[in-house]
Amino acid sequence: MWDYSEKVKEHFYNPRNAGPLDGANGIGDVGSISCGDALRLMLKVDPDSERITDAHFQTFGCGSAIASSSALTEIIKGMTLDEALAVSNQDIADYLDGLPPEKMHCSVMGREALQAAVANYRGETWTDEHEEGALVCKCFAIDAVLIEDTIRANNLGTVEDVTNYTKAGGGCAACHEGIEEILGRVLAERGERFDPTAKATPAPAMGNLARIRKIEQTIEQMRPTLQRDGGDIDLIDVDGNRILVSLKGACSGCQMEAVTLGGVQQKLIEALGEFVKVVPVGAHAHAHGSACATEA
Amino acid sequence: MGPIYLDNNATTQCDPRVIDAMMPYFTEQFGNPSSMHSFGNKVGLAVKKARAQVQTLIGAEHDSEVIFTSCGTESDSTAILSALRAQPERKEIITSTVEHPAVLSLAEHLEKEGYTVHRIGVDGQGRIDLDAYRAKLSPNVAIASFMWANNETGTIFPVERMAEMAHEAGVMFHTDAVQAVGKLPIDLRNTRIDMLSLSGHKLHAPKGIGVLYLKRSTRFRPLLRGGHQERGRRAGTENVPAIVGLGVAAELALEHMAFENTTVKRMRDQLQDGILAQVPNAFATGDVDNRLPNTANIAFEYIEGEAILLLLNKEGIAASSGSACTSGSLEPSHVMRAMGIPYTAAHGTVRFSLSRHTRDCEIERVIQAVPPIVARLRKLSPYWAGDRPLAEPEKAFAPSYA
Ligand SMILES: Cc1ncc(COP(=O)(O)O)c(C=O)c1O
Ligand code: FES
Repeated sequence: MWDYSEKVKEHFYNPRNAGPLDGANGIGDVGSISCGDALRLMLKVDPDSERITDAHFQTFGCGSAIASSSALTEIIKGMTLDEALAVSNQDIADYLDGLPPEKMHCSVMGREALQAAVANYRGETWTDEHEEGALVCKCFAIDAVLIEDTIRANNLGTVEDVTNYTKAGGGCAACHEGIEEILGRVLAERGERFDPTAKATPAPAMGNLARIRKIEQTIEQMRPTLQRDGGDIDLIDVDGNRILVSLKGACSGCQMEAVTLGGVQQKLIEALGEFVKVVPVGAHAHAHGSACATEA
Repeated sequence: MGPIYLDNNATTQCDPRVIDAMMPYFTEQFGNPSSMHSFGNKVGLAVKKARAQVQTLIGAEHDSEVIFTSCGTESDSTAILSALRAQPERKEIITSTVEHPAVLSLAEHLEKEGYTVHRIGVDGQGRIDLDAYRAKLSPNVAIASFMWANNETGTIFPVERMAEMAHEAGVMFHTDAVQAVGKLPIDLRNTRIDMLSLSGHKLHAPKGIGVLYLKRSTRFRPLLRGGHQERGRRAGTENVPAIVGLGVAAELALEHMAFENTTVKRMRDQLQDGILAQVPNAFATGDVDNRLPNTANIAFEYIEGEAILLLLNKEGIAASSGSACTSGSLEPSHVMRAMGIPYTAAHGTVRFSLSRHTRDCEIERVIQAVPPIVARLRKLSPYWAGDRPLAEPEKAFAPSYA
């Protein structure tokens, strides 16, 4: 069974704003019946203020598709169209306290329904360039299409390259066979052969100093949030792709620490455009492993 | 009210008698069956007994035709790879479009390595196209591999006849009987089946134990080489407790064979009829007159299976679905697609699989629980209005993109 958050379950069991909406003046139908997820989003927009006064949905789909639809309607009610268009699929996922990687596309579908409904209200036609492939890397929710496009666009030739550009493959490494297969296919198109011993092309260049500054900046940006929760974080050292930090206060408890480190790592990966690993150092770092094990 | 488990094609509960029989082999009977001393001797005898019990269940002529493996998947891989290695001049494989991934993923992989795979299709009821099968049999084929019963719909293939056809063409025949063993009477000595896979956890034995039946004189190449266990055909120290458990489970399965095909079958029929009588736009998939006695696979149109499962689970009912979302893939079950079931129904398939532990009162509870769940999800569905689907639902709601 999927590891759904309580919030996802709650929105699935008690969906808000479900069913047809009389007097809707913006309707977006998106999704794919072959994938088993499709959604009709209905908006009632006040023409003077361009404010969304009501939003309903009808969804053919799984638990997280229904929960994402429900969350979306709650998020956008009362927003202006422009505000609503700024809602990202990550916002929808965050609202639901996260989605499993296999299910991130449900939040993407929500966002696209929104764009389609707004386009419909404005009398525009909405076209979507979105193409979804099979999920290759579960650690980072990266699908085959994105990997393939990135390899083509950047002339990549190694798994490490793919990890540097897309993050795919930078975690448990279980997806490396799948990535190699895609590389083999795309390289064959260019008349080349995939060579597993080839050296990675250097990562998108960022000077050492710039890189460290970026890391510092990113950590600084996250500090206020951590401090609000009674914790803190300090950068200790950068060792290749390992970023050593020390966590303090509430952050250093077992459960919290894992969550915090995951979040910091994610932000750093995004900021740097390369895969890095955030490693906690300090007295507590060794003790928490066993505590986690008993909790799980 | 306890939870209701109707997912026995996924796995079954170990029979308490199986567990009781296994326990001593974790404690005082810990010896290695290969050892010369008394610690090993008793254990060796226990393995021998279990082999005979399995032999009886599947009607094998010799006990040496029973090779213990670690699971159904290993048995499938061993059989297919053995046929290829033993006959290196033969570069083709015949199988069906509806096999378990244990066979299909391997076939796909072998295709990448240069083998030719013929996948024989099925009709709308999941019945195999025997003419297409016959047409592919040739001296180039190393092995024909077809499941005895389908894990999703329970549909039974005529594997005994198909094995005869293969034999006439001089082609080895393997059947993945993981779902059939223990539910259907099997008498291998009177068939032309060369190899058969079974898995303990589908018949109330533990997970992680399987068997490859290998008809005497079938040419064979082991998957694992090493010690002389299983006469050198599957090296590695035996999983003795699980083997002993499987032996007892085999004996119990034989005892319950009639019960499975009468009482369990009747409950299955009542479940299916009870649901279909109340729920519109729903139908049973597969070859309903020729399927496993414990399996009913029902397609609920215009809703999605994972959502159904989550709501069933909330009511304490466990089943499974062929929707894309339950497997995290982009397509619904390949079995439903192979039968040509439209997407609007394929995603809404739910498999109920019973066992000899299922009770009448449980069936009644499920019959009551399902209709409101389906109605509730249809209320959310863009294909549905009031108490019926939209007129021309696929035109009325035609979402854009991939
Ligand atoms: C038809 C079929 N073949 C093979 C398997 C795999 O068996 P195991 O889980 O023992 O590897 C299964 C079980 O899911 C099955 O249903
Ligand atoms: S699945 Fe890609 S790194 Fe783990």
